[in-house]
Amino acid sequence: MPSLKDVKMQITGVKKTSQITKAMNMVSAAKLRGAQTKMEAFRPYAGKFNEALRNISANMKSSQFALMQAREVKTVEILVVTSDRGLCGSFNTNIIRMSERLMKKYEAEGKKVSLVCVGKKANRYFRKTGKIRAHYIDIMGNFQMFNARAIAQDVAANFIAGGADEVQLVYGSFISVARQTPTTLHFLPVKSVDTGEEANTAKSGQTGAYIYEPSPEEIMDVLLPLYTNVMVYNAMLEVGASEHAARMTAMDNATKACKDIIHNLTMVYNKARQAAITGELMDIVGGAEALKG
Amino acid sequence: MAELIHLEVVTPSGPVVSEDVDIVSAPGYGGDFGVLANHAPFLSTIKIGGLVYKKDGKENYLMVSGGFCEVSNNKITFLVESAESGHQIDVDRALRAKERAEKRLAEAKSQAEKINMARAQAALQRALARLKVAEKSPK
Repeated sequence: MPSLKDVKMQITGVKKTSQITKAMNMVSAAKLRGAQTKMEAFRPYAGKFNEALRNISANMKSSQFALMQAREVKTVEILVVTSDRGLCGSFNTNIIRMSERLMKKYEAEGKKVSLVCVGKKANRYFRKTGKIRAHYIDIMGNFQMFNARAIAQDVAANFIAGGADEVQLVYGSFISVARQTPTTLHFLPVKSVDTGEEANTAKSGQTGAYIYEPSPEEIMDVLLPLYTNVMVYNAMLEVGASEHAARMTAMDNATKACKDIIHNLTMVYNKARQAAITGELMDIVGGAEALKG
Repeated sequence: MAELIHLEVVTPSGPVVSEDVDIVSAPGYGGDFGVLANHAPFLSTIKIGGLVYKKDGKENYLMVSGGFCEVSNNKITFLVESAESGHQIDVDRALRAKERAEKRLAEAKSQAEKINMARAQAALQRALARLKVAEKSPK
C-alpha cells in the first residue's frame, strides 16, 4: 500500500498536468479558428487560379515550359511539410511515415531521392538520412505568402537546373477538425491540367477565342511559378490548420486520461486512508480491551 | 441603364470585391486597359498599380499588386497578391516606404546589387501606387 502522502502528491501532479493539457487544448482551439479562417480565405483564390490555368493550358504544348517538362526520372525530390511543434498526436508521424514509404519506393526503383523539409519535425527526423537538400524551420507558426514563395522558387529552380526530375509534395491535408490525413501530391513537372470530360469539351471552344496580353506563352511563364506558390502555400495552410486540430484532439484525450488517473488515484488514496483509520481503531480498541482485562 | 459587368477581386487572404459595375480599368501588361460589359474573353497579367471601377456613377479605387485577370462570360476576375482600397491605405507609411525605397535605389546603384534593386523597385512601385490611390479616393 503506498503511503497517503505519496498518493496525495501524485494526485496533485496529475492535476497540474491536466491543467496544462486543458490550457493547450483551448489555445489550439483558438489558433485553429485563425488557421481555418486563413485557409478558407485562400480557397477562392486557389480555385479561381486553377480554373484560369486550366483555361490557358488546355491548348498549349507542355514541353515548351521549363516547369512542365517531363524528363526521364532519375532523381526525385520529396517536399515534406510538417509542423514545427509536437504534442499533436500522430499527425506529424503520419506525414513522415508516408514520406518514408515514398522514399523507399523510389529507391527500390533505383531513383535517387532528395528531401526538402518544411517544419522542424520533418527536418529532425530526416536529418540522419543525410538526404535533406534544404530545410525551412520555424516558419509554420506565422507564415505568409512570401514564405511559400521562397520555398516554391527554390524547389522550382532546382527542378529547372536538373537537380530533380520529379517533385512530390507530402503534407497533412485538413479534412475536418477530427480528421487529418497525410496526402501526396504530384508537384513538378506541372502536368497540363487533366483534360477532364466536362471541363474541356465545353471550354476548349471558348479558350481559343481568348485575347491574351501578352502572348499565352508569356502569361504561362508568369502563371506557372505562381501556381507552384499556390500549391506550397495551400499545403502550408492545411498543415497549419491540421496541426492545431490534431493538437486539440490530442490534448483533449490527455485531459480525459488525466481525469481517469485522478479518479483511480483518489480511490487508492481513500482506500489507504480507510486502512489507516481502521488500523488506528484496531489499536485503540485493542488498547481498551487490554486495560479492561 | 447600361449593362453591367461582374467584377471580382480575389487575393490569397480572401475575396475583396464582388459586385456588378459599369466599367473597370486596370494596369495591364501593356498599360492600363478598360473593360465594359460583354467584353470578349481576355486574359492579361496585372502590374502593380491602381484599379478603378465605376458603379452608380461613383468611382472606386483599389491598389493592386501583381497577378493576372481574366474576362469571360461578362465577368472579370482579378487574381492579385494584394488589394487595398483607398481608406485602408496608410499614407504616412506609404510615404516612408517610398523614401526608403528611393534611398535604397540610390545606394544600390553604386553597389550594383541586382536583387535588392529589384526589390526596392517593386517596393517603390507599390508605395507610389498606394499614394496615388489614396489621393484619388474620397476621404
